[in-house]
Amino acid sequence: MSLKQRAAIIGSGNIGTDLLMKMSRSEWLEPVWMVGIDAASEGLQRAAAMGVNTTADGVDGLLEAVKRDGITIAFDATSAYAHAENSRKLTELGVTMIDLTPAAIGPFCIPPVNLASLAGAGLNNVNMVTCGGQATIPMVAAVSRVQAVSYAEIIATVASKSIGPGTRMNIDEFTRTTASAVEQVGGAAKGKAIIVVNPAEPPLMMRDTVHCLVEGETKQQEIIDSVHAMVAEVKKYVPGYKLVNGPVFDGKKVSIFLEVEGLGDFLPKYAGNLDIMTAAALRTGEMLAQQRASGAQEGGE
Amino acid sequence: MQSSSVAVKLHDMSLRDGMHSKQHQISLEEMVAVSTALDDAGMPLIEVTHGDGLGGASLNYGFPAHSDEEYLNAVVPKMKQAKVSALLLPGIGTVDHLRMAINCGVSTIRVATHCTEADVSQQHIQFAAQQGLDTVGFLMMAHMVTAEHLLEQAKLMVSYGANCIYCTDSAGYMLPAEVSLKIKTLRDALPDNVEIGFHGHHNMAMGVANSIAAIEAGARRIDGSVAGLGAGAGNTPLEVLVAVMHRMGMATGIDLYKIMDVAEDLIVPMMDHPIRIDRDALTLGYAGVYSSFLLFAKRAEQRYGISARDVLVELGRRGTVGGQEDMIEDLALTMARERGTLTGAAS
Repeated sequence: MSLKQRAAIIGSGNIGTDLLMKMSRSEWLEPVWMVGIDAASEGLQRAAAMGVNTTADGVDGLLEAVKRDGITIAFDATSAYAHAENSRKLTELGVTMIDLTPAAIGPFCIPPVNLASLAGAGLNNVNMVTCGGQATIPMVAAVSRVQAVSYAEIIATVASKSIGPGTRMNIDEFTRTTASAVEQVGGAAKGKAIIVVNPAEPPLMMRDTVHCLVEGETKQQEIIDSVHAMVAEVKKYVPGYKLVNGPVFDGKKVSIFLEVEGLGDFLPKYAGNLDIMTAAALRTGEMLAQQRASGAQEGGE
Repeated sequence: MQSSSVAVKLHDMSLRDGMHSKQHQISLEEMVAVSTALDDAGMPLIEVTHGDGLGGASLNYGFPAHSDEEYLNAVVPKMKQAKVSALLLPGIGTVDHLRMAINCGVSTIRVATHCTEADVSQQHIQFAAQQGLDTVGFLMMAHMVTAEHLLEQAKLMVSYGANCIYCTDSAGYMLPAEVSLKIKTLRDALPDNVEIGFHGHHNMAMGVANSIAAIEAGARRIDGSVAGLGAGAGNTPLEVLVAVMHRMGMATGIDLYKIMDVAEDLIVPMMDHPIRIDRDALTLGYAGVYSSFLLFAKRAEQRYGISARDVLVELGRRGTVGGQEDMIEDLALTMARERGTLTGAAS
């Protein structure tokens, strides 16, 4: 019998489809349902062609299948607005939600920083922050685990074509959610997030800059080593994650310049911002699945 | 056109765009002195914000000497006839910052996006318009798109509630014929109750000429800065524009001698460096690069030994947009490493 946990993806747009393609290669998760709201959508048709069950009735179309098909994990790639209801209905049935929207009902999850501790906590909802958060918070944490960070600021520059209407209409959610995760997960006493949208053609690769202000004497070599180790951790699930320049030291300021190239599964390679979200969400789901497969151990670290 | 019947509203940028040239270090005393003198000279609208808009206080753009709230609270109560505006760039500031500025008593909110990305401004334009404020959609780097594309983006901002649309020459790249075409395209297609504005930079010495072209094509709000205090080679110098407009018989409501004195007696002594078209500022205009990159490129030149001009030209080639100040150091580091003047490496 397969040890794979059975999963549903809610949202049949670009993110949901990219996630489906990644999950179809997973050793730990099996995508069994794709949920949309438009029967004619390309995303649902593509999922059906891949042999996945589909419904165009939103999350309500999935509820009766949860028990029958043994769904234990659901990934929500809809919107913050829709997530609250989706989460309420599915967690009631015992499904664990991995939230790719900025709803942030559950705790923030940045896999190389806090997934291990979250996975052991028996939560029914975890939030994947934002694309900018996934790309930069590992670096904030890499500095803050060496010495206290009084302030951290991240600047995410993304290709215009990689930012959908939902994010555009709610761009404040991006800056607020990311800044608060820079503090809560990154470990900075105060956080700030900036997003810049660039329409250049050909589209530019996602670029991220991380600035930290540290307290006390800057421990340069330890920060360099910590940053390189963290880059290697992120590369495990986002191979195109690259340290372009830095860490650069200027007094108490530490600056790190990054580029994120996507895998190009369904989304183009320049959309590293979307790829890092789907990859991080998948890694989170896999960690939960792995734990369940290995029995109800105490887990966590 | 009967020039004398034209009523053009001028909008001073010296205390917002001027913040770029002062690395955001204008003191409260300077803010109050300049704004009260402008008020007395008849300036109808004065912008007071961090150079990069509300919430711009950051390592990326520079921490200001005082918060936006402190500046606004110092200036707004002192105004006798002038109104105060605040700028906001979605992605940097949020609706929370708008709420603060409105509580401080600003009358105008200007929401700025890159000229192709108007749809990130919906939350902010809607909020300001719903609060009953004079709400401006500010389309930056407008030289990068066609007039038709600019119009399409302007229509989005109007649909969210903007009552005025700006064609913004952030790079000081445009020549008068382009300004005329873009302003006329906006004027002809947008409803009569939507005003059209123009914001120029002086990197190609076209600030005044472009502003006149904009007025003749139908713009009724024009940005400028006393003594040009602003990013790059500065904004359109307001005292010069006022003199030209008066010679052309256009009403401005501004006392020319008084604004000349503000420029000479207050602004010029505040300058950290002469605001002029040096080779780097000229490069901004020539290569179409965001004007506030100037001082960042000069600092990168000092630190990494790569000429500011080379960095700016490359930023232009890459289609860099406003807000990407972090790319300047990143690019200078990469260029220095490629040229072998920097050791140490990336992974």
